[in-house]
Parts: sequence; C-alpha cells; structure tokens
Amino acid sequence: MNLSRRRALVLGGAAISVTLIPLEAAIAGVEETRATIDAFTGGAELLEGDITLTIPELVENGNMVPVSVAAPGALSIMLLGDDNPVPEVMTLNFGELSGSSEASVRIRLAGTQNVIAVAKMPDGTFISTAREVGVTIGGCGSS
Amino acid sequence: MAITPRVRVPDTASVGESVLIKALINHPMESGQRRDRDTGERIPRMIIHTFEVTFNGREVVTFYPQGAVSQSPFFEFYLKVPEAGELNFKWIDDEGSVFEISKSIAIS
Repeated sequence: MNLSRRRALVLGGAAISVTLIPLEAAIAGVEETRATIDAFTGGAELLEGDITLTIPELVENGNMVPVSVAAPGALSIMLLGDDNPVPEVMTLNFGELSGSSEASVRIRLAGTQNVIAVAKMPDGTFISTAREVGVTIGGCGSS
Repeated sequence: MAITPRVRVPDTASVGESVLIKALINHPMESGQRRDRDTGERIPRMIIHTFEVTFNGREVVTFYPQGAVSQSPFFEFYLKVPEAGELNFKWIDDEGSVFEISKSIAIS
C-alpha cells in the first residue's frame, strides 16, 4: 500500500484518537495540570456531570483550534491542555446576565494532548470532562 | 496595525431572551513561549489577560485567557437581555492597554 505522508498521519491520528477518556487516566500523569486544577477547585473531587467539550478529534494546525464548552448552570469554567507549556488555557466566569453557561474560543495546542474542562457548579461541586485532540503541527512554541 | 475590536450584537431582542454575542479583537497574543529566531531570546508574553463583558454595568461574562488562547482571540457567549441598554466590552492586555466598545440593544 502506497500511502502519502499526509494520508498516513490522518489514518494514524484516526486510529489513536479516543473520543472520551476516563478523566483520572487523562490527568494522572501530568503533575502541573493536576496542580492547576487543584488551585481552581481547592482540591475538591472532580465529579462527572453535565459538561460538554466540543473540539475536533484531529487538527492540522495547533495554532487555532476551535473549542466550545457548555456546562448548564456552571458559575465558572477552566480549560486546560495537559501537554501545553502552561496547562491553563483560559478561565471564565459567568455573571448574572449570562444567557447560558457556554462559550466558544480558539486555542493553541503544542501537540497531541488531552483538553480538559472543569466547571464550578452553584452547589460548590466541580464537574469535569476531557477529550484527546490529535495535532499534526503544534502551536504555542513554534515561531 | 491598530488594534480594533469587532463585535456582533443583535440590534433588538425581547426581554428575557438569550442572545448569541461574538467578539473578535486583532491582537498578537504573544504567548511568551516563542524564541527570537536570530538571538534565541524568549519573546516576552503580551496577551489579553482579561476580557470583561457587562450590560448596564452588570456582569455578563469575564474571560481570563492565558498564552494558549489564539492570536486575534474570538469569543462567543450568551447574554440574557433583561431590558434595553448598553453592552460594554473591555479587553485589557499585558502592556496595560485597554480596548473598549459598546453596543446598544433595544427591546423589540
């Protein structure tokens, strides 16, 4: 079989991409990510809940990856990339006139990694989800 | 290049309606991770670190980006319209520059 390099990358990415990763597995190995999450949650346990992260499974360019996050009722949300030089991507607070606890933004990913969203709920609990994103050309450090 | 914000806000809405707002600003969002090709020196971080949106002085949403938010950051979010008024957008960057724009929304 005569695969072009690009085709091989796409196939490879598709083969390894996993839609939903168990959260503990996704973040256990990355201490800095853990510490950043703990600073946000105060060390509270991360629960499963109604939180959705919409992000492509495979992107060619890590400099501009569209991300949407929605967690109905959430007061604030932190987005992280567990293999970026700085794991925290963005934190946002929803105010009294927020129409819906959801937002979209375009982010940089240094390479293939897990994108994690943690949401603070009104009852003081934190819910979380993670997705793996395959990145062909990384953003952040590239000049 | 001048930094000019652009926003998309509906002219009218009904009371209690949740409307989609889009905001874009052309900003380099220098992540602080890149190095100068010639000198090898790290290029200092210069990003928008705060983006606040208020309606008639009440908070809608506040974003706190880090270096991993893309160049010319584009944000989408929802406003619950309580009455007619002014939607104010305010971006603040690492050099202390503040960029502001307002749009009025009428009740239909």
